Amino acid sequence: MNKNSNSYIFIYASLMVVLVAVILTSANLALKPLQEKNKENEKMINLLSTIGIEANADNAKELYENYLIKEVIINKEGEEIGVYANGQMEIGDKRAFNVKLKSALHDIKKSGTVAMPLFIMENDGERFYIIPVFGKGLWGPIYGNVALKSDKNTIAAVTFGHDSETPGLGAEIVDAPFTSLFVDKQIFKDGEFVSVAVVKGGVANQRKVAADNGVDAISGSTLTCDGVTEMLADCMVNYVNYLKKDN
Amino acid sequence: MAANEREPLFSPKNLKLITNPINVDNPITKQVLGICSALAVTVKLEPAIVMSISVLAVMAFGNLIISLMRNGIPSRIRIIVQLVVIAALVILVDQVLKAYAYDVSKQLSVFVGLIITNCIIMGRFEAFAMANKPWPSFLDGLGNAFGYAWILIAVAFFRELFGSGALMGYQIIPDSFYDMGYVNNGLVILPPMALFAVAAIIWVQRSRNKELIED
Repeated sequence: MNKNSNSYIFIYASLMVVLVAVILTSANLALKPLQEKNKENEKMINLLSTIGIEANADNAKELYENYLIKEVIINKEGEEIGVYANGQMEIGDKRAFNVKLKSALHDIKKSGTVAMPLFIMENDGERFYIIPVFGKGLWGPIYGNVALKSDKNTIAAVTFGHDSETPGLGAEIVDAPFTSLFVDKQIFKDGEFVSVAVVKGGVANQRKVAADNGVDAISGSTLTCDGVTEMLADCMVNYVNYLKKDN
Repeated sequence: MAANEREPLFSPKNLKLITNPINVDNPITKQVLGICSALAVTVKLEPAIVMSISVLAVMAFGNLIISLMRNGIPSRIRIIVQLVVIAALVILVDQVLKAYAYDVSKQLSVFVGLIITNCIIMGRFEAFAMANKPWPSFLDGLGNAFGYAWILIAVAFFRELFGSGALMGYQIIPDSFYDMGYVNNGLVILPPMALFAVAAIIWVQRSRNKELIED
């Protein structure tokens, strides 16, 4: 058979693609449970780290249950429409832990229904309100958690993650030199929600952003940093009603 | 060699396929391939080792698979076929890392995808596996991966030790040194230092082996 004929090439290519697709799909299906578990552990480790607890994959679940006061899902008015505490559902039927932030944000944009997750945890008698955030970086999704102190205004800690930001540039958002800048910043100014902005050229030189509401951007990562700013504002704005309430 | 006379598995010729790329025909220092990943993953020892193992798996089995397929591959689409084989193997490696070594896979993140574009792999497929039998191809893949690995690990050793004062994440340089005024060298962490380190290895190698010096 002529190996350079068009029909041979077409048949060869199609067979190869089908074969490869089958192999990759089965590998993905077989490994999925383990991968999901890793992701869950990571989520708990990140939540714990915002309240100053170091965990690893082995003890994450146990520590998480220990420090968790409750997981809530809030609506537009800031009411709790889902509460999970002490290992069981108290209101509603969905745990905040299982809310997919991406689709929750999509729902807000599309239909205006707000059902955003919030984690309330306690360490050493201090209460933390942890808001998960999700947004767009330069190359792919970025995500993270913002822990507010009990005044529901001052940031206690943040964690960020990314899928495919440039190593050494955008990927630096996950590292302590950047995340530590957020500590003690405030998301409200004179009672109005302003979020925390990541600004170019040094917060000290800004007129529009107060020093309490801004952090310095990373050189060479402007687009990722803009993504962080947008992510924080877009996600946290949904919690304003809840945070302003006394509860 | 007569057809019925089988060549032993580790004949001198086959062994050379492994030893040459480690030394005189090293993919990084001689063929100057795969430099990009040598810069990127050598800040710490652990990702360098994982990257080496991943490349080893992809290269050895990729070479083997391409060699098995070599008589059927239509030459007009051979580069695409090679890419599909590499990409499929890399995705498999990525999936396995995500399941069994999650922390490492997060560190490597985009680099795992970059194995696909690692020029050593394409280079060996095209230069060796397309024209040789499976077993020598497998050995050639192993040899080149070892050659790649030792450079990567040597550079990472140097960079982590002097850049972070640690190896595999454990502190090596004692606190008393820091108290006496020793400081980690920040430049070693930055990409240029990987080039200097590779250059130093090339320098040593060429001064010891005159054959490698070009006119």
